[in-house]
Order: sequence, then structure tokens, then C-alpha cells
Amino acid sequence: MSEELHEIRLRVNGAEHTATVPARRLLSDCLRQDLGLTGTHVGCEHGVCGACTVRVDGRPTRSCLMFAVSAQGHEITTVEGLAEPDGTLHPVQRAFRECHGLQCGFCTPGFLTVVSAYLEDNPDPTEEEAREAVGGNLCRCTGYQNIVKAVLRAAEIRREEAAAAPGGERAAGAGERR
Amino acid sequence: MATRMFGMPVQRTEDERLITGKGGYLDDLGAGAYAAAFVRSPHAHARVRDIDVTGALDVEGLVAVYTHEDLSGPMAEPLPLLIPHPAILDGRTPYALAKEYVHYVGEPVVMVVARDRYVAEDAVGRIAVDYETLDPVVGIEAAARAERVVHAGMSDNVAAHLVQEVGDARAAIAAAPNRIELDLDIERSACTPMEGRGVYARWDGRDAMLRLYSSTQTASGVRAAVAAKLGLQLGQVEVVVPDVGGGFGVKIVHPWPEELMVPWAARALGHEVKWAEDRREHFTAAAHERAQRQHVTVGFDDEGRLLGLDVDILHDNGAYLPYGIIVPIVTSTQLLGPYKPGAYRVEFRSLYTTTAIVTPYRGAGRPQGVFAMERTMDAIAAHLGMDRADVRAANFIQPEEMPYDQGLLFQDGRPLIYDSGDYPASLEKIKKLVGWDDFTAYRDAARAEGRKVGIGLACYVEGTGPGPYEGGHVQVETSGKVRVATGLTTQGQGHQTALAQIVADELGVPMSDISVTTGDTRRMPYSVGTFASRGAVMSGSAVALAARRLKEKALRIAADALEADAEDLEIVDGRVQVRGTPSAGIELGTVAVLSNPLRYAFDEASKAATQFTGAADYTRPPVAADDEPGLEGTDFYSPLRSTFASGMHAVVVETDPETAEIRILRYCVVHDCGKLVNPLIVEGQVHGGVAQGVAGALYERMEYDSGGQLLNASFMDFLMPYASEVPKVEIDHLETPSPLNPLGIKGAGEAGVIPGAAVIAAAVEDAEGFAITRMPVSPSELFHLRRRFDKGGIAPLPGAYSRTGEANA
Ligand code: FES
Ligand code: FES
Repeated sequence: MSEELHEIRLRVNGAEHTATVPARRLLSDCLRQDLGLTGTHVGCEHGVCGACTVRVDGRPTRSCLMFAVSAQGHEITTVEGLAEPDGTLHPVQRAFRECHGLQCGFCTPGFLTVVSAYLEDNPDPTEEEAREAVGGNLCRCTGYQNIVKAVLRAAEIRREEAAAAPGGERAAGAGERR
Repeated sequence: MATRMFGMPVQRTEDERLITGKGGYLDDLGAGAYAAAFVRSPHAHARVRDIDVTGALDVEGLVAVYTHEDLSGPMAEPLPLLIPHPAILDGRTPYALAKEYVHYVGEPVVMVVARDRYVAEDAVGRIAVDYETLDPVVGIEAAARAERVVHAGMSDNVAAHLVQEVGDARAAIAAAPNRIELDLDIERSACTPMEGRGVYARWDGRDAMLRLYSSTQTASGVRAAVAAKLGLQLGQVEVVVPDVGGGFGVKIVHPWPEELMVPWAARALGHEVKWAEDRREHFTAAAHERAQRQHVTVGFDDEGRLLGLDVDILHDNGAYLPYGIIVPIVTSTQLLGPYKPGAYRVEFRSLYTTTAIVTPYRGAGRPQGVFAMERTMDAIAAHLGMDRADVRAANFIQPEEMPYDQGLLFQDGRPLIYDSGDYPASLEKIKKLVGWDDFTAYRDAARAEGRKVGIGLACYVEGTGPGPYEGGHVQVETSGKVRVATGLTTQGQGHQTALAQIVADELGVPMSDISVTTGDTRRMPYSVGTFASRGAVMSGSAVALAARRLKEKALRIAADALEADAEDLEIVDGRVQVRGTPSAGIELGTVAVLSNPLRYAFDEASKAATQFTGAADYTRPPVAADDEPGLEGTDFYSPLRSTFASGMHAVVVETDPETAEIRILRYCVVHDCGKLVNPLIVEGQVHGGVAQGVAGALYERMEYDSGGQLLNASFMDFLMPYASEVPKVEIDHLETPSPLNPLGIKGAGEAGVIPGAAVIAAAVEDAEGFAITRMPVSPSELFHLRRRFDKGGIAPLPGAYSRTGEANA
């Protein structure tokens, strides 16, 4: 009893990877085990907790609900790919640290990927909207309070940086809703 | 003078790796390891007649299949009963793999090892186990009735029976002017960390050494347990705890069957083996907590003062008793909270059922105890028509009565003596924070608009930081960097930061020069574990003491080198210098060099310690008889007894008149855990605890059917709250230092969860006007309670809770 294997090419965090996997291999397992990108965590493997969230062509996607073979041809970003190439942390990463938005850190990669995408479309959320934005991810440690705070802080950092950057506010799309 | 780190809201040092995906959790390790999976019992109670593995044998990638028959020696014997107690009548523990009987759905029967987890699961699916099903025993009622018994050879299901009594409670109640009885009921919930359990083992045959990684709350415990079962010397086993994705109690249990089978198989196969629990396994085969039935009888005077309290508890301990009876002991002692109970009698029976085992979940029996006591306080207030806060105040232990001896034996086997606390001050703070005295007006205004709102209050005292001990080891490298180790483990509490803060202050070194290792038996083999809110108290004290030893030595050596008096030296920013003359000094790293007399020089720095440099004293050996080389300090902290943190929660709820949906409008916390090491971390602990308290009060339960099947074993069906369900928490602190430890701290880890069920029940009751006696309460339950109430099936609350004395009904 042996399984048919597939050679796949995946584009993850801007780099090309190849892997040989059976068709049933989950994207989450492929990232973690075949590519060694263990920053993406699995908390349920049934699509509810959000810990495994990665960005597929920019959109937050639960990697435990996707097969690795079907991720070919898409641009995947994991938590390892959020920081700038020079190591500068993403505003969301900085905000989570500043606001004590994580305790055990197991759920954190899922929150970071979700929030990083959210803020691109919603650069200036209200507290209620921030809470809504993380409403699909489970965290057992923090009670979410500091996570919500971190979302707001991340938005603030993005705006501050956009304002400081050459080209001013419009650079990061900030201020669209003000 | 450098800024003091203790007490500062310092950002956590562990976060850098965790936010960049560089954490190392159990399943992130062992890329080349074989994967284990388990065939688990689909029945709550059955006899295993036959196991047929032939179907699995042609699965490509299968490595091994093991059943109980493959085990021998200690591995074939039942697992240890970790905390023996004279009240245990018949302590049953499971086998690493089921021997003949299975007693809950999820019990491991066969272990499969394969190339990867997918293949292992394929093989699991092809193994046929023939069961003779037996009668399940589900729920406390069935267990107590004992028409069916869980364990062969027992005539009932009573695992343990304990009575503790101070004074003659029954006589005091009989003589009291007022008397009430309450029947209370709390359901099962569970820790449910986002990362399940996991074990990864490497056996080195040449060295005959086992390296075991486990997602556990106790490295030293796992080490001892695994060594005993595998017939190894302690020195042959190293346990390393990687990053752990939450624990909340469940990971203090050890050794789990899987925690033994994985290293056993790694040794048998001469290959690394790993098992990472999946979510369904965690629901069915880890551990649960909370379920209790309580009968309270209380006698009190007309001012609401307790004269006698008699509590009878039935506790569901699940299929086995590996962790002993810590949970019901905690319930029966911590139930007393900040109050003087008058005469007190508590009796519990701990019962076997054919369901997952019950072991401590954050709070560990306290939420149930607080539920009993606080429901009683509210009932007394209702009976007398008194303000609920006043009834509590009438019963408080006063600050000047500290230390206060409750006359019982606590869960650490030591007397239940409160060390310090100021309950009247906490009550004032919480009343102010929530606006207790103005609430009646608010409620009346809300009622006039057709809204139902209610307020609740609940108080607790939490014994934290129990012994026996923890150790600290602090070492200054010749680079000046400081390495700190303690044995207990960390699951998100920020120990790396908090312990570094403590050492930074003790030694006078910047935090950035300090690294902290927890839960690694190679660095600190003597340890107990992380439970009962003991991390900061125990390891914080231990590393402080170790750092003090190190500092003493550093000053002695530096005094020699500087030809100064040690008394005149201080350490500032990693440099030992003469007080008042900072130019006269040497770096701590240089002191480390000098502390280790050398024959050989390895670099520029080490030259200073070689034998032909410097002025030697020929009358003394290079290392004095009572000294040792190196700039290190080791010490252990062992407390006389637990320290007692306390707090009060107040909550405002609104219940929908139509749908009975329960909404939390405000959640206020006053929290006293002594001196705060890091307020950022402590508040985080409170937030997380409150979330679990709310979860247990309104959403979470383990839904077993009468056959013992867990119906909601997934995140789809078990209602773990998202951000949308958890209220914003308003916190105020009180800092009553503990006199018991060098830092004056008390534990903070569990506090947030403890009064959750009690305070929410009180608020819902206040909104509805009839007693709430069962938790959790869902909208549909509340809806049905209302119906019963409307039909006269539930009595209205006799008095009013409000200050105005206006009746609720
Ligand atoms: S692991 Fe994918 S949603 Fe939970
Ligand atoms: S930080 Fe532990 S689960 Fe979110």
C-alpha cells in the first residue's frame, strides 16, 4: 500500500521551495514539516482556532483547511515572512510585544497574519472593529484584551510610519477613512 | 543608581522569538522522528477481548505496533498515584496501554509508530479491537448511586472520602437563629490550552542516555517518573521543556501514558519518536475538571454572621485518580475565602465515573469552593434583606487578625494559615470601582426602560506558592553575561522576564545581560513544577536568594582585587565599584575571571586569572577550603507554608427579556497578590483568568451522553470564547506583601478565574430575581428557568439585595 507522491513548487515568503508530498498533505503540515517553517501552528486542524492562518495571495487563509498541492501558484506569507528582510519587525509584531498581546505565543502567528492583512484594508479601526477583526481566532491565554489593544496600536504605528515616510500619509493608505 | 526593575511593566524578553515564528514548541522539534499515534477506546467502559493488528501490517511506512502484552516490568504496571493521601480508599490509575479494561472513551489501547503521522493514523484505522462493552457510569448522580461500578473489585465508586471539622458545625447550625440549605451544581470544563500535550524522545544507545522533550508543567517530575518506569537511573534521563503553548494545569499531570510510551518506543526502536496530541485527543484523553455537587447548610445570626457551616461535596474524579484528591481538598479548604466560618464541617466523596480523568484546571477546585461560599453569602443576604456586600464585610477576617489560622490542613499538607491580606480595603476598592452603591438607581432606571440588569460580587482567597521548594542557579560568565536557571517550567507566564527582573535588581546588572532557562533538568535538576500559582513566589524567591549568594562572592573577590572593604562596594550596571568612587571598580565579568584560578590562558580576559599574573597570597591555596571556583550562586527556597493572595470581582450583566441572552456590561477586579514583579504580566494573567472564568460560567461544558461519549469534542462544539464573548476587564490592585518570602510576593496565575462562576451567577440572579444554583448557565437554560419561575416552580428570592430593601420579585 503506497501513496502517490507529487512534486510541488511553493512560493513562500518570497522564496521558491519544492517538496514531494502526497495529495492529502495539508498545507500546514507541508509548511511545518517539509519546509521547516514551524512558526505556523496547528491548534485544532479543523478550521476553527485560526492558529494556522497564513496569507495566501494576501488573504488570511487557514492552512489546515488547504492541501499543499493546491497552494501551488499562489504567494504564501507565513509569520516568518512578516518582518522586513532586514529584520525590522512588522508594526503588528511590534504592537503585540508592546501591548503584551501574547502569553504562551501559540496562537500568536495566526493573529499576526490576520491582523497584518486586516490593517491593510482597515488602517484606522475603532476598538469595536479591532475586536471584530480578531473575532475568528482563539486564544486561551490573554482574554483578548491586550490583543485588541495591540491591533489598535499596530494601526497607530502604521499611521505614524506612513506619516514619517517620504510621501507622507498616503504611502500606507492611512487616513483613508478619516 | 540604576532603575529598579522589580515592579516595572517591562516588555517581555520571550516575545521576540514568539512573534517572529522562532519559538520552539514540542511539535516544532524532531523533524526526523517517527510519529506515534494511538488506537483509543471508542467505549466508555469495556473489556478488551482481542486486538487484531494484521490489517495494519501492510501499511507502507509502518514501523511498529505495541499493545500491553509488549510491556514488561514497571512499564506493565499501573501508572503511579502521584499524590497519595490517607483519605483515598481505592486509588486506581491507568496502564500505559490498556491491559484488560478500558474506563473512558479515548483511553489508549494500542500504540502505532510510523514514518509520519498520516501513515500512523492509517495504521490506527486498520487495527481491529474486539470489545465486550460494559455499563458506563456517567455523571455524579449515577456514580453516587453505585448501581453500576466503574472498577472491578469495588463495591461502589467512592475513590476517597474525607471529613474535616473545626468546632461542632452541626450543633452550631442547630442553635443558630437562622438557617439555610443550598443545593449547588457545577459542570465539567477543561484547561484546553491551544497547544495540546506532546512528547519527543531521543535515546542514545551508545551513551545509554535518554533525552526527553515534553510539553509539561514539570520537567523534574517527568524525569523521575520516566526513569522509574523505564528502569533507568535518574542520571540517564534528561528532560527538556521547550516553549509550551499553554498549560493551565492539565500539563502538571505526569507521566501520561503517552509520555511513557514514546521514550519506551524510542529506546526499543533505537530511533527518535514523537507524539503530538491532536485536538480530539486532547478533549477526550487529557483531563477535565470542575464537576461537583454541593449541599450547603449554614447557620447565621441576624447580622449575617456565620455561626456554623456544613458542606457536603460530591466530586467527579473521572476514570482514574492519578493526581490524587488535590482538587476536592482545595475546594473544601479554599471555600472559606476571606471569612470566619464559625464552626465548619466539610465532607467530600470523590467518585469514579467512566469519563476522562479530572485533575487541576486553573483554580483547581477553588472556583467550586468560591461558588459554594459566595452563593451562600448571597442567600444569607437575601434571607435577611441585607446588602450583599455588608454580609460579606460582617464575616471578614480583619487585617489585624493576620496571620489567621483556619484550623484545617491545606493541599500542601501544611496548616491553612493566611499570611496577610486586607479584605475590608479590597471590598471598599471593588465597591468604588464598580459603583456598587449607585447601582440600585441604575437598575431601577434600566427596569423602567424594560431592561434587566444585575450586579454581583464575589470574594476569594487563594493559597499560592506552595512548597516543597524550588531552586535557582545564577552564574556570571567571564563575558559578564548572566545565566539564570530554575527548574520549574513556563507556559506563557513570562518567567524569563520576571525572573530576569528580579536578578537584575539583586545583582545590579542590566536585564539585557541576563538569560533565563526554565524546565531543563540539565541546568537545574531539583525542582517540583509549575502549578498552584507558584512560579513567581517559588522560583522568584529562589533566584533572588541564589543571586544574593553570588553577589556576596563577587563583592568578596572584588574587594580583594580592589583592596577595598566588601562593605563599601556596590554593583552598578554590571560593574563592581566603590560606593561614592565609581572610578575605582572592575567589571563583573572580570570578577568571574578572577573567581576561577587558571593554569592556562584562553583569551585576553582569562590571562588575569593565570598563575604567574597578579599578586598571589602564598599562605592560602588558590581556591580556599570553604570556597569553589566560578562566580555562581545556587540556592533553594522552601516556604514554611503557602502564601494567600486574595481578590474580589464585581460584574454587571444584562439579560435579554426575550431571548435570555446574558451580556456582561462590566467586569471589575480588585486583586491582591502582594508585591507585583511585573504589572503588565500580572494584568495579563488576570485578563486570561477572567476569560476562563466567564467561559466556565456561560459557555463551556463537557457534554457527555449517558453512554459516556463526549459529544462536543471539537472547537466547533465546545464553546471556547472568542474575543466577542470576553468582556473588557477593569483592574485595581492592592499590594499586601507576604511576610513569608524574601520578595513579599504572592501567586497571580490562577486568581482571575476563581470567582467567575460565583460572580456571574450572582449578577444573573440579581437581574432575574430567582436563585441561580447551577453553572454554567446558557441562554436556553436561563429561558427555561424563567418559565419555571413564572409557573411558580422556583421560589422568588425572599428579600431584596438592594440597599433600599425593595423586593426583587
Ligand atoms: S489549526 Fe487550522 S484553524 Fe485551527
Ligand atoms: S497566547 Fe497562549 S493561546 Fe494565545
